[in-house]
Amino acid sequence: MEAFTSISSRTVVLPLADIDTDQIIPARFLRTTAKDGLGKELFADWRYLADGSPNPDFVLNKPAAAGCKVLIAGDNFGCGSSREHAPWALTDFGIRAVVSTSFADIFRSNALKNGLVPVVVDKDTLQWLIGHPGTEVTVDLASSTLQLPDGRAVAFPIEPFARYCLMQGVDQLGYLLSRNAEITAYEQRHA
Amino acid sequence: MTMPKTLFQKVWERHEVVPQTADTPAVLYIDLHLIHEVTSPQAFSELRSRGLPVRRLDRTLGTMDHSTPTRTEQVFGGKPITIESAAKQVKALETNCAEFGVELLDLASDKRGIVHVIGPELGATQPGKTIVCGDSHTSTHGAFGALAFGIGTTEVGHVLATQCLLQSRAKTLAINVEGTLKPGVTAKDLVLAIIGRIGVGGGTGHVIEFRGAAIRALNMDERMTVCNMSIEAGARAGMIGPDEVTFEYLKDRPRVPQGADWDKAVAEWRTLATDEGARFDREVTVDASGIEPMITWGTHPGMVAPVTGSVPATSDDPVFDRALAYMGFSAGQKLQGSPVNVVFIGSCTNSRLTDLRAAAGLLKGHKLASGVQMLVVPGSQQVKKQAEAEGLDRVFIEAGAEWRESGCSMCLGMNGDTVAKGLYSLSTSNRNFEGRQGVGARTLLASPLTAAASAVRGAITDPREFM
Repeated sequence: MEAFTSISSRTVVLPLADIDTDQIIPARFLRTTAKDGLGKELFADWRYLADGSPNPDFVLNKPAAAGCKVLIAGDNFGCGSSREHAPWALTDFGIRAVVSTSFADIFRSNALKNGLVPVVVDKDTLQWLIGHPGTEVTVDLASSTLQLPDGRAVAFPIEPFARYCLMQGVDQLGYLLSRNAEITAYEQRHA
Repeated sequence: MTMPKTLFQKVWERHEVVPQTADTPAVLYIDLHLIHEVTSPQAFSELRSRGLPVRRLDRTLGTMDHSTPTRTEQVFGGKPITIESAAKQVKALETNCAEFGVELLDLASDKRGIVHVIGPELGATQPGKTIVCGDSHTSTHGAFGALAFGIGTTEVGHVLATQCLLQSRAKTLAINVEGTLKPGVTAKDLVLAIIGRIGVGGGTGHVIEFRGAAIRALNMDERMTVCNMSIEAGARAGMIGPDEVTFEYLKDRPRVPQGADWDKAVAEWRTLATDEGARFDREVTVDASGIEPMITWGTHPGMVAPVTGSVPATSDDPVFDRALAYMGFSAGQKLQGSPVNVVFIGSCTNSRLTDLRAAAGLLKGHKLASGVQMLVVPGSQQVKKQAEAEGLDRVFIEAGAEWRESGCSMCLGMNGDTVAKGLYSLSTSNRNFEGRQGVGARTLLASPLTAAASAVRGAITDPREFM
């Protein structure tokens, strides 16, 4: 996993609330046994017209969205299905951070395991970001802040362990495997 | 005196391998890991690349449900699965389970079915257990007083390799449902009403415990319907304290303790109920007697109204206009009488015997309205067999419905059972998201009773008109 310390990028804004993981990647694209290459199916039903051509009105298809790594979205992003294909599709497309006022629990957990940072901000900050699409922002994990062009640094909460793993670019399985002695002891107590 | 504890707290504490600290999440032991074809292949690949075995084969059970066909000739008749990617995924699960030694209830097994239907049916789901699966509706198993929740594929790998998960402790939310549900009002209506009340993000970060007289009065199938949709309120899990109804359901199931061990297990399970005076982080009280048959009108399960009601005239929901445009509804529109083209009875929410009996009971002696397509997909092969023994299949077939083999089917259309663009699908499933049942499909979530009544009229119908 690619280490995440700090990224600076223009934002792309999708100002809808309750964007569910069926929108992020529809179920028919889950018939895969791999996790790469899902970026082309990101937001497929919004992004493509019935004939498969890109929908020119959808924000991710606009030239200004090219290369954006930070997605701004409405409340309760990632609700619904537990499919990890959602963060896989987002990161494969190039998104490294999503900013919202809240995230669904399973999506948040999945994102943190895939180098995708869920940035929770207050309503006013989100409104400002929605009103200023294409703003250059910095998501800085060391300081756990979202830095705005006017100099404001908005702190966001992130679990220390998840932050450590993101910054080191290590996955969490190594840590779990390192607790083998405790796991074995638990199993013996509960045999 | 020890501090009174909630059900959640007791189950959590009994599974802490390493407690949570300021810097690290808890290492939580998992008693039962259910796997299926969609969210496991990448986890097996991870194990393979690291040279790791599955730690506890005795705690891991596989089945196939999402991508699998429901047409009998494809399941049993030797005809191949028509969707190549689905066939490949099913094959991958067979290969992975064989290679790692995981028990698999495969396509031909008479124990196969939707993962959240077979766990309880086999008695693998038990009070006090921690249960996970790479599927958000794992919350279903909480109906037995288990702590059960959906995980992503990376975590599926964690559990396969270590039988543990890294977890931060959730907050607790008590939903006290007092009073009695009126005739014609089901567990599905109850949970839809609760989601309408607290919102699709209302349970985020919390484990819900459903409590109160109306919950105690539900049978296990109905309790599973309620816990199943906890995730639709954003909750990490939903739980119900185990009681005599729970023990009665589980007794003599294939995978529960037998004989003296059964008595010992029940004695242990009796200690799980939330203690008198235990504190929840939040509490909500709901009056069951005020709930009507409910139906969704929008594009998430919180957009819901009584069947006898209307689409709201206005809303502060920022996606209200978008949802109406997608659904082809107008603000303030009356719901009853609005056309229904497809009816789906099935999914981990409403595909158990109680659901099929309710729908068949209403449907008996009636025919589907002209032009209505109706699919009845039992939750498991065992449910199918029992329903057939009761003659429920005949009722559905004689009414003009299709009777299929078990699976997730039209809930999410991964297996090709989809709803065409623009059509209205009255579905007993759990999600009415845009495109959930097919590109452009318009889903109306309701109970099996409302589904059956609406199938007869070809329009949204209050099931009490048939009672």
